[in-house]
Amino acid sequence: MNGLRGYPRPDGRKGIRNYVLVAYLVECAHHVAREIAGPLRDEGVHLVGFPGCYPNDYAQSMMRELCTHPNVGAVLLVSLGCESFNRTRLEHEIQAQGRAVQTLVIQETGGTRATIAEGRSWVAARRAELDREDTVPMAVSDLVIGTICGGSDGTSGITGNPAAGRAFDMLIENGAACIFEETGELIGCEHIMAERAVTPDLASELVASVEKAAAYYDTLGLGSFAAGNAAGGLTTIEEKSMGAYAKSGNSPISGLLKPGDRPPGGGLYLLDVVPDGEVRYGFPNINDNAEIAELIACGCHAVIFVTGRGSVVGSAISPVVKVCANPDTYDRLADDMDVNAGRILRGDATLEDVGREIRDNLLGLACGHKTRSEELGHQEFILTYKSFEPAGPSCLPAF
Amino acid sequence: MKEDANGSRTGSVLLLDERDNVLVTGRPLRRGQVLEIDGDRVETLSDLPIAQKIARCAIRAGDGVIKYGVRIGTATAAIAPGEHVHLHNVKSDYTPSIRADGTTAEKDS
Repeated sequence: MNGLRGYPRPDGRKGIRNYVLVAYLVECAHHVAREIAGPLRDEGVHLVGFPGCYPNDYAQSMMRELCTHPNVGAVLLVSLGCESFNRTRLEHEIQAQGRAVQTLVIQETGGTRATIAEGRSWVAARRAELDREDTVPMAVSDLVIGTICGGSDGTSGITGNPAAGRAFDMLIENGAACIFEETGELIGCEHIMAERAVTPDLASELVASVEKAAAYYDTLGLGSFAAGNAAGGLTTIEEKSMGAYAKSGNSPISGLLKPGDRPPGGGLYLLDVVPDGEVRYGFPNINDNAEIAELIACGCHAVIFVTGRGSVVGSAISPVVKVCANPDTYDRLADDMDVNAGRILRGDATLEDVGREIRDNLLGLACGHKTRSEELGHQEFILTYKSFEPAGPSCLPAF
Repeated sequence: MKEDANGSRTGSVLLLDERDNVLVTGRPLRRGQVLEIDGDRVETLSDLPIAQKIARCAIRAGDGVIKYGVRIGTATAAIAPGEHVHLHNVKSDYTPSIRADGTTAEKDS
């Protein structure tokens, strides 16, 4: 299967979507930004933003990576005017990546009504320009794919996650970069995971990232384990972890990334999502979309989302392919699901069959197909405060 | 359950790894249903939805609970073959799990 097409970007990456992004730089500009994006939200105008008024290096670099993501063709920044976010720097960074960009400062544009009017006309003009842009052929090796699981239950680790792992193995064999994450949901399997690292130093980094997560959650007093996990048959974080770990497949692990780091080549990467240093800003990821946003900031063109209990979310910027692990959940929520992995339990498919279906679904996104959550208009997005140290030299040994 | 190289996973109960001391329900089971586990006939002690764990053999309090071939927690009570294995008789070796009513598993076990 090929026929993949993408929008070429100045940095050599290719996008499978060509969205106009409207980004608010503080919560005080959120309403105006939402009103600007609203009329064209189903026509490829997406809304993202950072709510905080105080500066944060992580948020600043996340916004840079999201606004210069290959799926993004133009960006409107909406600022109140007095927040701490460095809008000038962000505008220059977007400009340097060859994207049309404009900043509207509400306090200087005449307030809510005037800014919405000006913003809407800028966005409509960019949308029309982007609609005339041509795509170029794209290879599987141009793709970066992420995976997360959410609303997990006892079926996730038996059907959906190992099937996603098989899809990862197939994509990696063809040169794609694949990223799995949530070190807090790998607690208990750090040593078997480390055996797959391409160097002993990387193995130590993988173990250290999970130990950091365990210590972080220990301070919080709760693991990454919600009440719904237990109702769905999962008993401990170690059990949930082993199920989650299955979505990494069987490929060697080539590196450890921090949010916003781009994989330097094909292969399998772990994304370390737990902040460095002492516990400062609460839960590492307050919900699934916080993790999806971090995967997208690493350049993911699309994200595989395995769910047992039945999540319905999608995302701004990159499509989310929802794989339903539980056959009973699928019966209830079929309209929200792209892949029914639960049929493995009913004897109607093997892990291999569903792995291929997930891979074909992902490749189809670069041939004009849409996911269920895209069709339904899901464009969830969240970004909160965090702090990270840069990844050390042993985290990317082969590059 | 049968599993082959293509990854078939179907049956009333699934054995995910030879080393496991628990099985996973592959479809909902009713109380009193008779299962064959390693050649023995074992009666289920409660109704169970999909993806729940039941003991494959007798598990003593303090023993590790093994699923996917690895330890996923410690038994907090003796568990009979066929018995449901969950928050009421297992605890994490790492951090407490939340129950549906908002309490954590370790506090009331």
